[in-house]
Amino acid sequence: MTTSTTVLETQDTLAKRWRRATEEPAWLRLTLIGTALTFLALFLVLPLSVVLYGAFEQGLGVWYAAIRDPDAMAAIRLTLLIVAIVVPLNTLFGIAAAWAIAKFEFRGKPLLISLIDMPFAISPVVVGLIFVILFGSQGWLGPWLSSHDLRIIFAVPGIVIVIAFGTLPFIARELIPLMQQQGKEEEEASLTLGASGWKTFWHVTLPNIKWGLIYGIILCNARAMGEFGAVAVVSGRIRGETNTMPLHIEVLYNEYMFTAAFAVSSLLTGLALVTIAIKSLVEWHDERRQRLAVL
Amino acid sequence: MSIALPRRRVIPGFGLTMGFTLLYLGLVFLIPVGAFLLYTTTMSWETFWNAVTQRQVVASYKLSFGGSLIAATINLVFGALVAWVLVRYRFPGKRLVDALVDLPFALPTAVAGIALVTLYASSGWVGQYLELFGIRVAYTQLGVIVALTYIGLPFVVRTVQPVLEDLEAEWEEASASLGADRLTTVRRVILPALLPALLTGYALAFARALGEYGSVVFISGNLPFRTEITPLLIVAKAEQYDYHGAAAIGTVMLLAAFLMLLVINGLQWWTSRRHG
Repeated sequence: MTTSTTVLETQDTLAKRWRRATEEPAWLRLTLIGTALTFLALFLVLPLSVVLYGAFEQGLGVWYAAIRDPDAMAAIRLTLLIVAIVVPLNTLFGIAAAWAIAKFEFRGKPLLISLIDMPFAISPVVVGLIFVILFGSQGWLGPWLSSHDLRIIFAVPGIVIVIAFGTLPFIARELIPLMQQQGKEEEEASLTLGASGWKTFWHVTLPNIKWGLIYGIILCNARAMGEFGAVAVVSGRIRGETNTMPLHIEVLYNEYMFTAAFAVSSLLTGLALVTIAIKSLVEWHDERRQRLAVL
Repeated sequence: MSIALPRRRVIPGFGLTMGFTLLYLGLVFLIPVGAFLLYTTTMSWETFWNAVTQRQVVASYKLSFGGSLIAATINLVFGALVAWVLVRYRFPGKRLVDALVDLPFALPTAVAGIALVTLYASSGWVGQYLELFGIRVAYTQLGVIVALTYIGLPFVVRTVQPVLEDLEAEWEEASASLGADRLTTVRRVILPALLPALLTGYALAFARALGEYGSVVFISGNLPFRTEITPLLIVAKAEQYDYHGAAAIGTVMLLAAFLMLLVINGLQWWTSRRHG
């Protein structure tokens, strides 16, 4: 009787000691979770809340009026026009780059991947500056452009090109690892069976990369609509003409029209939330497929 | 006897996709950057040196580099903590919290900028309480650090998270069964395994903070010598048509970015070699 109790007790203390050596005590776990969540609340939830509160504080009517303001509408139209040009171009680039990198072996591949990553590391204001120096009135091609009556800086083409530069890596970065991981057996099988290259791409490759591509496009779109530093340098901030949504927000804020600034911000914030929701969805989809693959 | 079959690629489209990739990369990125660097080399050394060593510019380097370093360090500590909590513990709303970590990556910087200054102004939700303790954030260097911390938040979390998920439980169990207490296991087993990922995230957060403009300019107040970051001076000089000055400082920032990219590539190579 006494021996069995001792054995049980020793087992109990051993189990306790094991737990203490492999996991954190409950109080510490709670403290760590609490600290992490406080940090995230302070840096993520509060800024998000302050935008939405500021936008809707005075009611839906005021919010709607701020959006319908002619300058705001012009900024929204311009922003949509720009993403309608930039996002398809960067999508084509992303697919082409990922195809070349994932399906073929060639020298200098790591260098090419680094080059594609590079625009992400460059400060947006430097991106803007690069094109001002190339195409600005005092820039290299400035005199030639003005003699041909062409405007790039302080006009829409300049904004398009800096945004294309700034968001160039996003779709390619999503697709390259995805397509490398998937290999080329499926494509080879399809081609050996006589399908054409295009048919193989549409029916084999595209369905496989669909989710990554969708997220890449959504992220590229959100970043393109929100690009600020580079556009601030090249747009010249001409109201109703070269103000994109972020620049219009800046103008409103500097004129103390805070509610209107937050109202326009709330549209871009909604877009950002959709973007991260889609990212979660894509990750959830991947996890499920991986689990199924294991089974 | 063997017949040497001609090795040919089954998959088509190398020429087309590679051609388009290089053409697009060249037109949008490589040629403009090359031309920009060429433009800088047309300056005399004296013009360049005077532009990059102006007192106001030097003060901005101190703030930009120092502030980015502090912000990245804050993110190193809290990013590791957030990654740990998200991977190791269960709590309600975890999926939502995990998704929200990407917010600074998706939210336009100008929106973040006006949100942060509104929060931390002396009448703001957070600022009014900090005011009671005599702490001012908006329009001070502290405000710059807050904005740079915000913008770099996702990087450490997202680089550490996958490594922590892949870390085998056996290592920790082996350490425990050899008699190590939890603190020793964390210090001697887990931290060394996470080190390359931690440093990669740190470098990414630092690089991102260094070039950041939109989220900082609202909260910083842009006081000369005190709260001006280097990207702001580039914008100011470009607006005054001082292209030489802007290009000189821009080149310094560009070279710093390339250097950071080299460091990050090196760290990523180290990470993948460890966890390949």
